[in-house]
Amino acid sequence: MTDISASSAPSPALREEYLALVQRRRLYSFVLLVVFVALLASGFYVANERNAGGFIANIHQFFDFPAEVLGEAFEKAAEIPALLVKFFPSLVETVNIAAAATLFGAMFGAVFSLLSTRGLALWPRFTGVFRRVMDTMRAIPEIVIALVLIFVLGGGPIPAMIAIAFHTTGALGKLFSEVNENADMKPVEGLKSVGATWFQRMWLGVIPQVAPNYLSYALLRFEINIRASAILGFVGSGGIGYDLKNAITWGLGKYDEAMAIFILLFITIVAVDQLSSRARDRLIGRPL
Amino acid sequence: MTDAAVATGTPFRAGIEARFARKRLIAFGVPAAILAYFAYIFFAFDVPGLAERASLDNAQTLMADTYSYKTHVTRNHRGAVPYSIAIEGERKGEYPEGMTPDWVSIDGEDAVVELEDGYEVVFEGTTMRMTVPGYGLIQTVPSNRGVELTLPDGPVPDWINASKNRVSITTPAGRVMVTRSKTDVFRYFFGWELFWFTLESPYYDKGIGELFSLAMSDEELEPGTSNFAGMVDDFWNNRMWRHGEVAGALFDTILMAFLGTVGAALIALPLSFLAARNFTPFFTVRFSLRRVFDLLRAIDALIWTLILNRSFGPGPLTGSLAILLTDTGTFGKLFSEALENVDKKQIEGVRSTGAKPVQRYRFGVIPQITPVFLSQILYYLESNSRSATVIGAMVGGGIGLMLVEAIKTGKDWEEVTYIVVLIIFMVIMMDTISGWLRRKLIKGGTG
Repeated sequence: MTDISASSAPSPALREEYLALVQRRRLYSFVLLVVFVALLASGFYVANERNAGGFIANIHQFFDFPAEVLGEAFEKAAEIPALLVKFFPSLVETVNIAAAATLFGAMFGAVFSLLSTRGLALWPRFTGVFRRVMDTMRAIPEIVIALVLIFVLGGGPIPAMIAIAFHTTGALGKLFSEVNENADMKPVEGLKSVGATWFQRMWLGVIPQVAPNYLSYALLRFEINIRASAILGFVGSGGIGYDLKNAITWGLGKYDEAMAIFILLFITIVAVDQLSSRARDRLIGRPL
Repeated sequence: MTDAAVATGTPFRAGIEARFARKRLIAFGVPAAILAYFAYIFFAFDVPGLAERASLDNAQTLMADTYSYKTHVTRNHRGAVPYSIAIEGERKGEYPEGMTPDWVSIDGEDAVVELEDGYEVVFEGTTMRMTVPGYGLIQTVPSNRGVELTLPDGPVPDWINASKNRVSITTPAGRVMVTRSKTDVFRYFFGWELFWFTLESPYYDKGIGELFSLAMSDEELEPGTSNFAGMVDDFWNNRMWRHGEVAGALFDTILMAFLGTVGAALIALPLSFLAARNFTPFFTVRFSLRRVFDLLRAIDALIWTLILNRSFGPGPLTGSLAILLTDTGTFGKLFSEALENVDKKQIEGVRSTGAKPVQRYRFGVIPQITPVFLSQILYYLESNSRSATVIGAMVGGGIGLMLVEAIKTGKDWEEVTYIVVLIIFMVIMMDTISGWLRRKLIKGGTG
């Protein structure tokens, strides 16, 4: 180190220039930071102004609602187990919506991803088209499709399922196609050399390689979809979200029901979270 | 094959066969299980009953309304004003007194309404005569006793629906509905009505060239304001489409996503150091923080939104705080996992130069984790712009609320389409921006 610097000591001019550069970079970073903080602060200010109630004025009410709910739930603690049983079928419906939507989404997503991966596609010319289709499917929020379908198909679990499946197809399709890109082409070429059709090449050559990763992503999506399905129920179609909405809009007097639903939702989300992360660890190893 | 080979091969062979059997079981068992599940779903979701619940009429109005609109010409049989003309039959689409579209001519109590392809409706007082090419003349005379219908000879065609008090005639060129109190003529047009300017605006029904020259000229259509300012104002405050309000709602939604994501990241960043095994030796701190993160995530955004909505009311603040709370949990978990995976060599290298702990973090840790954190934050920013839409729909606020309101009316499907297009555009824009930033920052931000 000393040797090198001794033999080629930087000229003072160069050194100064370097320090000036560093200083300027620091100044830029600082200015950027200030702008960013100002943006954030003004953002919160604007959000506060446009909100129905202000943050400072109403922060003390933050615990009112949980307190009301918990208070009533404690009063009627004896009824909660019965309510848990009562709302269990709705929970099953919510989970079913998520599960069926994830299954459909994963199936369509797999097909779309294979069609949009270079080297695997059935029609190599159209890989870009399938990619754009998946982008669009991903961009449409579930609620948009769900609300329109509720109008056409009536209430119930089917609009929610279709809406979530649609979005899931786009989201999983993208992740799957990233997995496909790393698939080994040798089995596919081997199958091709013996005259296998496209479907056979994919089913026997690609799917066995990528199945663990597919499954892992699908499980992750399942977690997300349970939440989405509960929310869609709240907005209009069936499941536990709908019961929750009824209990909440009723207000005092039905908070024991709301509490029971909260408990069910909470347990489900935590359980699925834990199970799926366990399963994913086993499928593809720790570092995700 | 020799005996020896068979002897050593048998257990091997059995093992292989067992594996094959298992593979075969999976290959047939998994699709069979999925099929069985779908069969269960088929009945659990009552798919056979779907046909009853589904309404094809609704689907048809929806489809037709997204790309076309209708103008109502109404003949009131009672009351002081004999004729009123309104786009989509809405008050905000009503033609002002004395203004008519060029296919309607009104002369006191009488009027002529020209429809396309030679169809024509003529009013003489309250008597309506409709010319249908290829069929003949239809006449209706409403009175207090009902509606008297006169048709050409022959059987009544199925596009005419008549009862004592009500006659409805549906043709490709338009519809006529006659009741005792009024006669409505509907004519359909392609496109979105009054998208730029409403009828009361002086700029209504002018071509682009004309508008351009108006904007350039000094002559003022509305005295006191320049034409350009007037145009912008009339467009922005269009009563039918409320462009200004829609833009405000979009802004609210993006604001929610931005504040929620960035706020959550800022809160989670210091906490994640406390929750990472290699930075915090205290087990209790680590453990309790991790449980806090888990709790924040497990209480879903849905429940956070409800709690926040009760204390702050609907609006962007409620939405951003709901996203902030949920994502603090998510980011806390993701960040602390990333911190546990940092490369120790870099920190040791910095330490070997005699750096203090703060400097070790600054030069040993931060450069390693910045790209990971940034890409996660940007990914969530995009996904949260969708969540913000949903939260808005739930409690009221932002573009989500507008969407729900437009759908609730059940007839303004062109408005629904408009909002949906804007939402998709917003999400794609956020996706593009976050992808661009990710590439830009991560490529140049590591140094």
